[in-house]
Amino acid sequence: MTIRGWAEILLVLVVAVLLAWPVGIHIARVAEGKRTFLHPLLGPIERTFYTLSRIDPAQEMSWQQYTFALLALNAIHFLMLYAILRLQFYLPLNPDHLAGMSPRLAFNTAMSFVTNTNWQAYSGETTLSPGSQMWGLTSHMFVSAGTGITVALALSRAFARGGLKTLGNFWVDLTRIVLYVLLPIAVVAAFVLVALGVPQTLATHADATTLEGLRQTIAMGPVAFMEAIKQLGTNGGGYFNANSAHPFENPNAFSCILEILLVLLIPFALTFTFGHIVGEKRQGYVLLAVAGIFLLAAVAVAYSSEAQGNPLLTAIGVDATQGNMEGKEIRFGIPLSVLFNVVTTATSCGAVNAMLDSYMPLGGMVSMFLMQLGEVVPGGVGSGLYGLIVFAVLAVFLAGLMVGRTPEYLGKKIQAKEVKLAVLAVLILPLSILGGTALSLALPEARASLAIGGPHGLSEMLYAFTSATANNGSAFAGISADTPWLDTTLGIAMLLGRYAFLVPVLAIAGSLGEKVKVPASTGTFPTDGLLFVGLLCGVVFIVGGLQFMPALSLGPLAEHFALFAGKSF
Amino acid sequence: MTSHHSKAERIPLLDRSLLSRALQDAFRKLDPRELIRNPVIFVTEIVSALVTLLAVRDFAIGKPSLFSLSIAVFLWLTVLFATFAEAIAEGRGRARAETLRRMRTETLAKLLPNPADRAVFKPVPASELNVGDHVLVEAGDIIPSDGEAVEGIASVNEAAITGESAPVIREAGGDRSAVTGGTLVVSDWLVIRITAARGTTFLDRMIRLVEGAERRKTPNEIALDILLAGLTLIFLIAVVTLVSFAHYSGATLSIPVLAALFVCLIPTTIGGLLSAIGIAGMDRLLRFNVLATSGRAVEAAGDVDTLLLDKTGTITLGNRMAASIVPGPGVTEQELAQAAVLASLGDDTPEGRSILAFARGRYGIAAEKPEGAKVVPFSAQTRLSGLDHEGQTWRKGAVDSICQWAGVENMPSVLTNAVERIARAGGTPLAVARGRQIMGVIELKDIVKPGIRERFAALRRMGIRTVMVTGDNRLTAAAIAGEAGVDDFIAEATPQDKLSYIRRVQSEGRLVAMTGDGTNDAPALAQADVGVVMQTGTQAAREAGNMVDLDSDPTKLIEIVEIGKQLLITRGALTTFSIANDVSKYFAILPAIFVTAYPELEALNVMRLNSPQSAILSAVIFNALIIVLLVPLALRGVRFRPIGAAELLRRNLLLYGVGGIVAPFIGIKLIDMFITALGLS
Repeated sequence: MTIRGWAEILLVLVVAVLLAWPVGIHIARVAEGKRTFLHPLLGPIERTFYTLSRIDPAQEMSWQQYTFALLALNAIHFLMLYAILRLQFYLPLNPDHLAGMSPRLAFNTAMSFVTNTNWQAYSGETTLSPGSQMWGLTSHMFVSAGTGITVALALSRAFARGGLKTLGNFWVDLTRIVLYVLLPIAVVAAFVLVALGVPQTLATHADATTLEGLRQTIAMGPVAFMEAIKQLGTNGGGYFNANSAHPFENPNAFSCILEILLVLLIPFALTFTFGHIVGEKRQGYVLLAVAGIFLLAAVAVAYSSEAQGNPLLTAIGVDATQGNMEGKEIRFGIPLSVLFNVVTTATSCGAVNAMLDSYMPLGGMVSMFLMQLGEVVPGGVGSGLYGLIVFAVLAVFLAGLMVGRTPEYLGKKIQAKEVKLAVLAVLILPLSILGGTALSLALPEARASLAIGGPHGLSEMLYAFTSATANNGSAFAGISADTPWLDTTLGIAMLLGRYAFLVPVLAIAGSLGEKVKVPASTGTFPTDGLLFVGLLCGVVFIVGGLQFMPALSLGPLAEHFALFAGKSF
Repeated sequence: MTSHHSKAERIPLLDRSLLSRALQDAFRKLDPRELIRNPVIFVTEIVSALVTLLAVRDFAIGKPSLFSLSIAVFLWLTVLFATFAEAIAEGRGRARAETLRRMRTETLAKLLPNPADRAVFKPVPASELNVGDHVLVEAGDIIPSDGEAVEGIASVNEAAITGESAPVIREAGGDRSAVTGGTLVVSDWLVIRITAARGTTFLDRMIRLVEGAERRKTPNEIALDILLAGLTLIFLIAVVTLVSFAHYSGATLSIPVLAALFVCLIPTTIGGLLSAIGIAGMDRLLRFNVLATSGRAVEAAGDVDTLLLDKTGTITLGNRMAASIVPGPGVTEQELAQAAVLASLGDDTPEGRSILAFARGRYGIAAEKPEGAKVVPFSAQTRLSGLDHEGQTWRKGAVDSICQWAGVENMPSVLTNAVERIARAGGTPLAVARGRQIMGVIELKDIVKPGIRERFAALRRMGIRTVMVTGDNRLTAAAIAGEAGVDDFIAEATPQDKLSYIRRVQSEGRLVAMTGDGTNDAPALAQADVGVVMQTGTQAAREAGNMVDLDSDPTKLIEIVEIGKQLLITRGALTTFSIANDVSKYFAILPAIFVTAYPELEALNVMRLNSPQSAILSAVIFNALIIVLLVPLALRGVRFRPIGAAELLRRNLLLYGVGGIVAPFIGIKLIDMFITALGLS
């Protein structure tokens, strides 16, 4: 590790917080229906949209209506995307006449993009046409990101006031978030990316002659805009198979920093939004601090483990000061590669700019563990915030009694119903991650997907189910994902990880919204200080993470200790 | 903190007969049908049974079974310690119930077929009385059942219920008409209308409550149970899936080892102690002579953030007392005090006595009746008392009465001003006259109890608002409220005022506690989240409240809140401790079970435990022992300090959170050293 490396990492994180602050307040204003500087331009579009679809923006929804609208819209989008992927051959903007996807791959991919996972069991440049990439994938990146944010807003509102029968209007929330937040930022970012060298064209490839006189076909397409929302919406599904390691997705260090900032922007911003909506800014800072602590710890572990290099290679004379550069791009180096991968797994983005399979065992474990925590530090757009609030509810419930009152969070009593729903949501993670992995390791057919046995093979399988359940989509690689078993089970894992978590959260919002807001006093459990930061970190780690210890110790931990004992698999 | 603590009955935490009884009960409670109420311990029992079966099978077929058997033993001990904790908590209540049950001896009641005619009665066993029957009780009778006096007046010894042997007056009509079955009539007689059906008398209910027969889980216990069950499920998933992971990795895991890991991870500590904590909380109240009708009420007491306190008796001493004197022109304070003493010798009321006490304390004047003097006693009609001696007359009383008696139309201005000032401050002015001369004015005022202001300040630090309820006018009320340091007051309070105040405060999300005794308090008591009824209260009031104070001491409300908080803190502390314990167990067990597949994982054995077997056994033993070690804490409760939530959280989080992470590392290591030394593994 070098001081320069750390300076680079800290600088990026500080800039991310500074950018997130105004954006967070902007999102809060948008959520509360206040006018923003974008309204003169975009206001008429919003109103036209409501008129056309006959939506009364003043009509509020109960939590059940809100949930139904959300699920219905997501279902329709799933079907639409499935159809686009299957019928690609017959659709326009397919100059290379690429065939449609197989049913199981289309199921997996459609689920992947609707749930904000963006697990890709295919190679974008050889499987999908520019048309499919644009109206299939890119448009759904907006919908899935917007969906996550609406749930976070609905939950925030439930804490803001007492006696709420409604949580807002899903259609209005989604429209406003896409129109006033996601689209403007994505458009600006796309232009910057183009300026940095990312293509945005309908041509599918350029032909070049190399210095040796060989002809080379270089794939390209409408990459820049997709890249912008891919990062901004913590989606992570790349235009190319190599994702952000590809020079057309991520040409240089500047684009890499920009992409990291885009990933962190909204998850960080929403903590400010939360504080703003509930009327206590410090409550938002606390959540941001928890995310920050986990992020820094993860970067520290991953960076030190990668910078240290592989002892087996050092033993045969490779310069250890270079660190472990296997699978990393020279133009990013170790600090930016590590930061990128920690950030994209700490959020539910899942984009990669290096080969995770080639990371040191602990470097890879950090990414896996961040996802297993449930993508809450800071997590995906919206989903991270509501996930962290679920943990906050549990933390308050567990330790809140210690001040001599039955637990309350932000003035809302946490009772049997909320605990039941929170447990239900949290339960999905071990069930789907550990259950899916255990089942797959037991089935020879599934095990055949692994290129390697031993602890590294276990890590690959565990990573796949972790990534799918946490709706991250990042891939450890080294695993043949497009098999009937994995396409189907990972698709189901994504479905569970998204909706089996999100519906209980909305139910919690409904239940808490109705409750009276208990005024705070000196007898109230303080949730706006350092003490709660520590407590919440502990609960996320112990309740959210420790159950994965046994699995992790048979995967990356075993590999790590074996490696340093001079053994490889 | 107050005199109440010394009054609380001292039952030693663990006494020999209690222990042996609890041990029997602990085995009886192993019945799965009863244990299923406690999901975590129920699951532990199933796992213990499974491991036992396997160990016995191994033993039968001659496979090495010592290790499995030791695990089975300690898993069973885990379950047993949990049931023992509950049994011992119940045992303490049961001792009290036995005493009560002895009171409920079968008595013969004098049934009056015609309530109007007391001469004709029919003796019937008390157990055959019906609601609405009228019975006669006379001196020496035991009151056969709960009822309401409809005729007569009697003094009743209620020691059976309250432990207080001084008899109390019960009379028809008014707020002292309720009588309790099992209490003894000391003098006179009463005609009672029976109000409780068989088996539902106050005494019956008290016995059931004390025994815990009516114990239902409180809302917070239910929520906690859900969370504990959820955690159990999560760890079940983690352990079951581990079979596949281990198989893939080439490690073989036996069922006893998996069972050990599972039981160590699930929250057995809090699961085992949860009900004991609840019972102990109610027991603490009971030793305080407060009977809660449900655990829910105790829990609510901890949540209360608004206390409605009656002024008289709670905030101020029962009566107004002399606080200062103002002499008229040409009179010294000493002379006035002397005159006041002489004039008050005939006043036996608390106010009169307070004047004597004041004069003695401030001016050193002894209350001695001069030889041959004639005392004029105080009467409500004249509102005067006085003394005639050797042609001189002294009088003391209400200002207008004295003026009239002395034939004075205008008092000196210094006295008129004093009278006005005293009245404005909420006090009562009295005048003292010698002959025709008004000598001065005595100020009687409510004396705020010593230390109560500090009490309220402590409550405020706990986030609790105090509200004074008084029949006084606003002016008087404001003066006393200011002096006592309450946050708010309700002046000229009617029962309706109290009710609407409670409703308003509740609609703001606050929880309210109050005390009451009269029938007209009933609606407010029912509306309050915690309604403490004085044992001397009416039947209607008793039914409306959810706690009964057997000592009828309204100040106890403050301690009740503290006991409620103590219960919640204890529960929270042990939950936190239990969950924090998990960290160490991974480090003890994981390296031990995977060491054959990946010897390098020995690096995770940070405690340097001797062998895989001793590591697993040590973790299981620690897990069982910690329950029994924490029983005293669960029963006694974590100490509550009124230092504000933030400070309280900091202390407890450090002690039970961080402590909960660290303690088992030490404990498991010590056990490992111990069993290694014994050569057990």
